[in-house]
Amino acid sequence: MKNSVRKSSKNLRGQLTQFLGFLVLRLSVCFILFILLYFFYDIFINGHQTISWEFLSQPPRKGMTEGGIFPAIFGTFLVTLITTAIAVPLGMAAAIYLNEYARTDRLTRLIRLSIRNLAGVPSVVYGLFGVILFVNLLKLGTSVLSAGLTLALLTLPWTITASEEALKTVPDSYREGALALGATKWQMIRTNVLPYSLPGMLTGAILGLARAAGETAPIMFTGAAFYLPFLPASLRDQFMALPYHLYIMATQHHAIDKARPLAYGTALVLVVFVILFNLTAVILRSRLRGKWKN
Amino acid sequence: MVNTNLKTVGQTKILVENLNLFYGQKQVLENINLSIPENQVTAIIGPSGCGKSSFIRALNRMNDLIPEARIEGKILIDEENIYDRDIDLVALRKKVGMVFQKPNPFPKSIFDNVAYGLKIGSNHNRADLEKIVEKSLRQAAIWEEVKDRLNQNALKLSGGQQQRLCIARALAVEPEIILFDEPCSAIDPIATARVEELIHQLKTEFTVVIVTHNMQQAARISDFTAFLWLGELIEYDRTEKIFTNPANKLTEDYVTGRFG
Ligand SMILES: Nc1ncnc2c1ncn2[C@@H]1O[C@H](COP(=O)(O)OP(=O)(O)OP(=O)(O)O)[C@@H](O)[C@H]1O
Ligand SMILES: [Mg+2]
Repeated sequence: MKNSVRKSSKNLRGQLTQFLGFLVLRLSVCFILFILLYFFYDIFINGHQTISWEFLSQPPRKGMTEGGIFPAIFGTFLVTLITTAIAVPLGMAAAIYLNEYARTDRLTRLIRLSIRNLAGVPSVVYGLFGVILFVNLLKLGTSVLSAGLTLALLTLPWTITASEEALKTVPDSYREGALALGATKWQMIRTNVLPYSLPGMLTGAILGLARAAGETAPIMFTGAAFYLPFLPASLRDQFMALPYHLYIMATQHHAIDKARPLAYGTALVLVVFVILFNLTAVILRSRLRGKWKN
Repeated sequence: MVNTNLKTVGQTKILVENLNLFYGQKQVLENINLSIPENQVTAIIGPSGCGKSSFIRALNRMNDLIPEARIEGKILIDEENIYDRDIDLVALRKKVGMVFQKPNPFPKSIFDNVAYGLKIGSNHNRADLEKIVEKSLRQAAIWEEVKDRLNQNALKLSGGQQQRLCIARALAVEPEIILFDEPCSAIDPIATARVEELIHQLKTEFTVVIVTHNMQQAARISDFTAFLWLGELIEYDRTEKIFTNPANKLTEDYVTGRFG
């Protein structure tokens, strides 16, 4: 017997299901893209007229109905820097410990589970926790430092998880090979594991930080100010931040008409800020990966 | 019955005494006793899952990496029990090198692969490194193929070249014993022939222990052969004896291909 491999009515049903299946998948992608593009379009159309050098470089004036958002840009930049300085090294260290040193017993499983769960805790809870721990207990006051620490806590579960995933992509044969040549465990990690997992670790970290940079709830109790006529002079000062500023301009302002364009402008700056962050992650990853593979 | 007539061969390099190995509750090696002579090639043969890899990994304590693995008994290398408490694992693994079943070059340059064990060990100057790298690559019979591209990423080499590179890498740290766990199972026949020839030459300087699935290979390159079956050492003797006139019926059935 010879079976024909031509399309025929016999396998029509299979073809139809496949067609419908792909259609559903394709539509889902289009739908998501549409929402995303419409979102950018809306912000851009309403915000781009506001953007000017003055808007970017000047503080707000006249009860925040005129002027720019420079203190908020500066503040977000500063608080993200603090978050980075704490969350990235700590997250990497924790991941290295969990993945390379810790035995896989019930305790480490519990720790991992807790970390995964922490990633899902609403950010406002982190905000309240930050107030209790950093502002009050450690007496750091409402300050850019307290806010940075709070955001660091918020991003830690993400950085740890991303770093662990990155470490898992390094084949065990690199580890065994190094040990079999007489490397100590730390030498093996430093020379034969970290270099190959760094791209993934950094990407994860940057994505986590991008998320932190856009958060409002964790900073509004811990250090972000409604309005400040000056820039923070030390880590113990309060600061203005883009997301919080946006929140105020959009919902808390008395003169809605005058504030609306400023709110859109702020939103546009914040979105661009986050996109730049993610872009850095992508570029960094491909650069570093290229270096390792070739 | 085992290891009686070996004393005449020369120095014993590795002496295994009452070795038991468990993964959790499961015992995979049962009361193994044998002595592996210096500057000879000793082959470990046996059907899949009989514990060959587990045995060979016990010789440089790579089993330490498996949390559920547990060892009883002694393994004496130059009369030192490597499972004693005061054993320096780094020194042990420099003395007992290992080449894995699947070639595992690091994603570094060819040069850095071979120099890896030297660089982590101590401070060598560049000239010394270059000398040792060349010597090791020559010993591993791959120098001619790579001498013009030492800075190229080792992952770009063919499988057989990668395996010889891994051998060079193991040789560079000047071990006394080299363990091979099925070094040819992932490479083609021509590359296999080169590796075999290489192993044959290595025994003038090193003590070689090799796990292999390939009977002809064991017969060709080894001086002694140990036959493992279900975690037990069934027979250990000179290779000619094992392949021509084995004492045990199981061994005979296995080497003649009646099961396996
Ligand atoms: N990490 C482990 N945990 C539990 N059991 C294991 C582990 N590694 C190996 N085993 C078991 O131990 C036994 C011996 O395994 P081993 O890898 O030593 O066999 P082998 O003789 O090398 O086999 P092959 O010829 O297929 O490589 C097998 O039954 C295997 O399933
Ligand atoms: Mg094996």
